[in-house]
Amino acid sequence: MDLLQNLATGFGVALSFTNLLYAFFGALLGTLIGVLPGLGPVATMAMLLPSIYALDATPALIMLAGIYYGAQYGGSTTAILINVPGESSSVVTAIDGYQMARQGRAGAALSTAALGSFFAGSVGTLILAAFAPPLTELAFKFGPAEYFSLMVLGLIGAVVLASGSLAKAIAMIVLGLLLGQINTDVISGMPRYSFDIPELTDGIGFVAIAMGVFGFGEIIANLGKPAEHREVFTKAVSGLLPTKEDFKLAWPAVLRGTSLGSVLGILPGGGALLASFAAYTLEKKVAKDPSRFGKGDIRGVAGPESANNAGAQTSFIPMLTLGIPPNAVMALMVGAMTIKGIQPGPQVMTSNPDLFWGLIASMWVGNLMLVILNLPLIGIWIKLLTVPYRFLYPAILTFCCIGLYTLNNNNFDVFMAAGFGLVGYIFYKLHCEPAPLLLGFILGPMMEENLRRALLLSRGDWGTFVSRPLSAGLLLAAAALIVIVMMPAIKSKREEAFQEAD
Amino acid sequence: MKIKSQRDFASGLMFVAVGVAFAVGATHYPFGVSAKPGPGYFPLMLGVLLALLGAIVLFKALTVESPGGDPIGAIAWKPLLLILAAVVMFGLLLPRLGLAITAPLLILVASLGGNEFHPKGVAIMALVLTVGSWAVFIKGLGLVLPMWPPFLAG
Repeated sequence: MDLLQNLATGFGVALSFTNLLYAFFGALLGTLIGVLPGLGPVATMAMLLPSIYALDATPALIMLAGIYYGAQYGGSTTAILINVPGESSSVVTAIDGYQMARQGRAGAALSTAALGSFFAGSVGTLILAAFAPPLTELAFKFGPAEYFSLMVLGLIGAVVLASGSLAKAIAMIVLGLLLGQINTDVISGMPRYSFDIPELTDGIGFVAIAMGVFGFGEIIANLGKPAEHREVFTKAVSGLLPTKEDFKLAWPAVLRGTSLGSVLGILPGGGALLASFAAYTLEKKVAKDPSRFGKGDIRGVAGPESANNAGAQTSFIPMLTLGIPPNAVMALMVGAMTIKGIQPGPQVMTSNPDLFWGLIASMWVGNLMLVILNLPLIGIWIKLLTVPYRFLYPAILTFCCIGLYTLNNNNFDVFMAAGFGLVGYIFYKLHCEPAPLLLGFILGPMMEENLRRALLLSRGDWGTFVSRPLSAGLLLAAAALIVIVMMPAIKSKREEAFQEAD
Repeated sequence: MKIKSQRDFASGLMFVAVGVAFAVGATHYPFGVSAKPGPGYFPLMLGVLLALLGAIVLFKALTVESPGGDPIGAIAWKPLLLILAAVVMFGLLLPRLGLAITAPLLILVASLGGNEFHPKGVAIMALVLTVGSWAVFIKGLGLVLPMWPPFLAG
């Protein structure tokens, strides 16, 4: 069977000593930053991008992927223990997980989260391996018009996720697309918006944007907030294993969360965040006694935690098969591939089979490592929670600055990132969600190229986007998404969900 | 007319201004025709779209009621200025003074931006982070970074 053979290839690559080491390092680092509030996977991955120049493509991507799913595990630890979600995707875990911790059942909540995540991660990896080849086949049928429409769908999907006003979120995407226009036009070779600054003719480094907005901007925002009082349940963690009754309640929730998360992860704009929100809502819906939610129900931990991990895995599908990132983290993965000279897209599977299958297999290995890292070592992670922010942020700042400088071995990117730090703080103050901007920035040049090629092929006829059935279907789906989000019933639900997140 | 959401009002203004700026900038590049779009084609469309979206946000900020007028709130000037200054200073000084001097300076200035300042803690942190960065980035990853000022390294 092809699937088995492919997986065998993958495990052969993933189980090599170097790759195991990098998977471990990524998972460890991911857990670490997941535990530390105020430092997310986007900023961390951006911080590490310069260092992957020294690595081969496969270990580099394995490590970056490890950071992403490691952060899902780490984020749930803080959500449960101190009611501060380390990652946005563990926001809903905090609702019931923290209550469980207050009732002295932190151990059960933590192990449910870890085991549920592991199960979901394994299923997600299998789905990824099974669905990637057929989707790649489909992708070869895509012309420029289809790619353009797919990107429109992806960007609209990202908006549905952003909190707050829809118009603002779409505007942030367009702003990102525009920032992506600062470059040298690929078709005519004309520099655009460069103001005769030679560095700008290559475009703004996307590491500079990511670090500025997500790294510096966030540090400034955190320092601007009054020091918060944290209640840490360190002593309460005893008896890691859930009780029999917990187990009986949690299993179906894990299964439901996994299936929901796997589906939502594949959707453009999907991924861990959407999956966890949806899973929590689903658990509340199917429970016979929904009143227990919010008061420490184990299903409120099991469902969303499985869903966010499944979603984290399957969101690799559009990135690996189509070269189109569904969220900001995948946008960084695309950036990393480009740095390593790999053109993301359907051809990756055939041109770099070792990388492709090795990456997939490494995710399963990484998930296994994470269970081991998280359960017995929970004490160490709890200790980390007591590290004050005043030690943390200068370290983040130092690593970011060194990373920025070494990117091109000059200080231009450092200054650029400082500028984007200011921009990031403005976004924070104005409640403009920055993740869609990054996505738009990555997709901008691809979108323009495909739009212009599609128009060239159709001799200037915009109808090409709706007359080609695949393209029309994708645009229709994008329009449907907007309509659904604007429907009053959904609109209030969406606002409610984000309110719970606050 | 009263502003009903300060945050959205400011965001709307920002989007309109940036959109118009990009659209005006795009007119300096050949627009081409639909059958052969030029380098100005896509940015012009996007600039206009952003300005329109900004106008919608502005309109809503003036019409839709929001709790407490959705104020922008106080700006954290101290961390804002000190953190950005620390980063810019790092960029300026690293090629001239090397990591051994620049990194501690970065950490010092950044720490001044925090809520608490403990000289001893900052000194230890500066030492640990500088040596750690040297070990990880220069020794470990083999990145090309000046460690000492060029006039000392000879």
